[in-house]
Amino acid sequence: MYRSHVLICGGTGCSSSGSAKILSEMESEIKKQGLENEVKVVKTGCFGLCALGPIMIVYPEGCFYSRVTVEDVPEIVSEHLLKGRVVTRLLYQETVTDDGIKSLNETNFYKKQHRVALRNCGVINPENIEEYIAVDGYAALGKVLTEMTPDEVIDVILKSGLRGRGGAGFPTGKKWQLARNLVPDADQKYVCCNADEGDPGAFMDRSVLEGDPHALIEAMAIAGYAIGATQGFVYVRAEYPIAVKRLRIAIEQAREYGLLGKNIFGSGFDFDMDIRLGAGAFVCGEETALMTSIEGHRGEPRPRPPFPAEKGLFGKPSVLNNVETYANVPQIILKGADWFSSMGTEKSKGTKVFALGGKIVNTGLVEVPMGTTLREIIEDIGGGIPNGKKFKAAQTGGPSGGCIPAQHLDTPIDYDNLLAIGSMMGSGGLIVMDEDNCMVDIAKFFLEFTVDESCGKCTPCRIGNKRLLELLTKITEGKGTLEDLDKMEELCYYIKENSLCGLGQTAPNPVLSTLRYFRDEYVAHIVDKRCPAGVCKKLVSFEILDTCKGCTKCARNCPVNAITGKVKEKHVIDQAKCIKCGACIDNCNFNAIIKK
Amino acid sequence: MGKSTISKIPFKGTAEQEQKLREFIAANKGMQGALMPVMQEAQEIYGYLPIEVQRIIAEEMNISLEEVYGVATFYAQFNLNPKGQYKIGVCLGTACYVKGSQDVFDKACSVLGIGNGDVTEDGKFSIEATRCIGCCGLAPVLTVNDDVYGRLTADDVPGIIEKYQKM
Repeated sequence: MYRSHVLICGGTGCSSSGSAKILSEMESEIKKQGLENEVKVVKTGCFGLCALGPIMIVYPEGCFYSRVTVEDVPEIVSEHLLKGRVVTRLLYQETVTDDGIKSLNETNFYKKQHRVALRNCGVINPENIEEYIAVDGYAALGKVLTEMTPDEVIDVILKSGLRGRGGAGFPTGKKWQLARNLVPDADQKYVCCNADEGDPGAFMDRSVLEGDPHALIEAMAIAGYAIGATQGFVYVRAEYPIAVKRLRIAIEQAREYGLLGKNIFGSGFDFDMDIRLGAGAFVCGEETALMTSIEGHRGEPRPRPPFPAEKGLFGKPSVLNNVETYANVPQIILKGADWFSSMGTEKSKGTKVFALGGKIVNTGLVEVPMGTTLREIIEDIGGGIPNGKKFKAAQTGGPSGGCIPAQHLDTPIDYDNLLAIGSMMGSGGLIVMDEDNCMVDIAKFFLEFTVDESCGKCTPCRIGNKRLLELLTKITEGKGTLEDLDKMEELCYYIKENSLCGLGQTAPNPVLSTLRYFRDEYVAHIVDKRCPAGVCKKLVSFEILDTCKGCTKCARNCPVNAITGKVKEKHVIDQAKCIKCGACIDNCNFNAIIKK
Repeated sequence: MGKSTISKIPFKGTAEQEQKLREFIAANKGMQGALMPVMQEAQEIYGYLPIEVQRIIAEEMNISLEEVYGVATFYAQFNLNPKGQYKIGVCLGTACYVKGSQDVFDKACSVLGIGNGDVTEDGKFSIEATRCIGCCGLAPVLTVNDDVYGRLTADDVPGIIEKYQKM
């Protein structure tokens, strides 16, 4: 028995800010002060509040230390762990009250959250199967294999109303049912997991893999039993080294404990799984492209039908769900379909994880019941916009989604409402933008992404998006016409209707949604030749004010010699030569240069 | 995805590297969909996938060079050209982008005097605009090999690069 537990986040966010060093320093300091039999250090997955990393929680007090440095460790050990005196200066300020410390769950960030998919992240050590088992891990697999028929399993998932968390929101139970029944005499079937989380700004799947990998293994085995498959594949983004490592460890441990392999729980059911690494192709998040990639080819999508439930991986009936979807499954089996469907809205049940990023105070991962409004997520949980700036838009759904303006902040978020306001759920990235972001530039940013990631197989996506990007570029350079806006809209609908796979069908969404809500910004670029947010370089100009002291520093630092002037006299910028690099502003000691 | 320029830098693979690759292929070629794992291992061994290495893979796997080359050029993470000793990546994912990572990237390029995907003449640095690496809480983010630098402005870039120049 230990009297204290120190939980240190080992997720990617905190690791990147040095949590591994803090962990080893903590272990050696505890030893140095002779506490190794009294205090246990646990490396956990992500707590969610990435903005405050590296994060450490000390139990039983529940002290939440944020932005800890290696230098702070000796003080935490000698003050808190040895003498029982909390190091107040390192506490997350939200948890400090007049009469002591309040628990993390009472803070604004956690209060409105409801953790189902992320329930074990930041709670258990993901590299130790016993810790997962201690929180009812593999109980759902046991229940399924010993008490339920495959059809009963599918029935529970169907009744729960669980829909795919990867983007399109297809009912998971329906998918399993098709894979079970469509080809009754199939000699082999596969269960696949999409962990190729490519949407920029979304990292919930990685968090589950890093913080609770056994939940995925358990759920895939359950899916295997339900559809009649004995082999699973997890397709993981190669950019996630920590996630891959922990999943490998977890698979090994599950095999050792007989939870993967032959005759699991003595039921006669065999199931095993392997990892396949992606190699940086966004289109491989599309189900048929992902399967083609696992087969070892260029990851190009295939026309559907036939759907994967009939002819999927290696031509066999297959089921593909994403990580977050699977992470819900064991809980649904244990707690029942009614428990799950009691959360959420009419057509979107359960919870959804969002990755909050961009211009927001509390960047990180949050899990809320479906139907929570954007305002609650951004203002209450996310802590609003930093530096007193004004909210402009929230972007959901990544390159397939759209930008949501302030007037829709009170829309309850679910699959259908997001579609209705021109965006989509996607995998749950939620990027907040303020008045300093240009919406035409953002549309162009996403188009550059999809043009680069288009696999080139079908013409509407390959050429259509390229033309769309050219039109957008023209506008950001001040050369657009109002007629271009109509042309763009027409092209958008053409690409959506005629592309082969989801990538092309959704690629124009960022353009369409910004045209719908921020048309005035497009018009400002075209008619006034002005970028209201001051982002588009070709439309921005730099000017030296009368407060210039004539120190010559800007002229000396201008890379293209566009600034002239005599010593101690006001300098002038030659607008024709200026490349708008901003070096003059950076070098001016008198704030005498402005960007317009 | 159109990257097809082939390296002009002479191939310097060793016999040990070749043996290691051939052994890996022999052990894994029976696996379903073995090509990508083989190419990933080859890149691990050589650091990149020059045509000479692709030829070994094609020969051992008994498939055409065209197929290997097709896969190598499809995926962003397969490199046809060698990388620098210090691989700089600037995240241009959405969260970093809206917080100004384009300026960070432009600054790094101008300090090094190279463009996206290039290597400095001395082979010390290469730079790449990367996809989201998922440290959105630290945005904007720049990585040098395994080191991560977060919450940057363009002004921080020269100091970081200088640190590695001296190593």
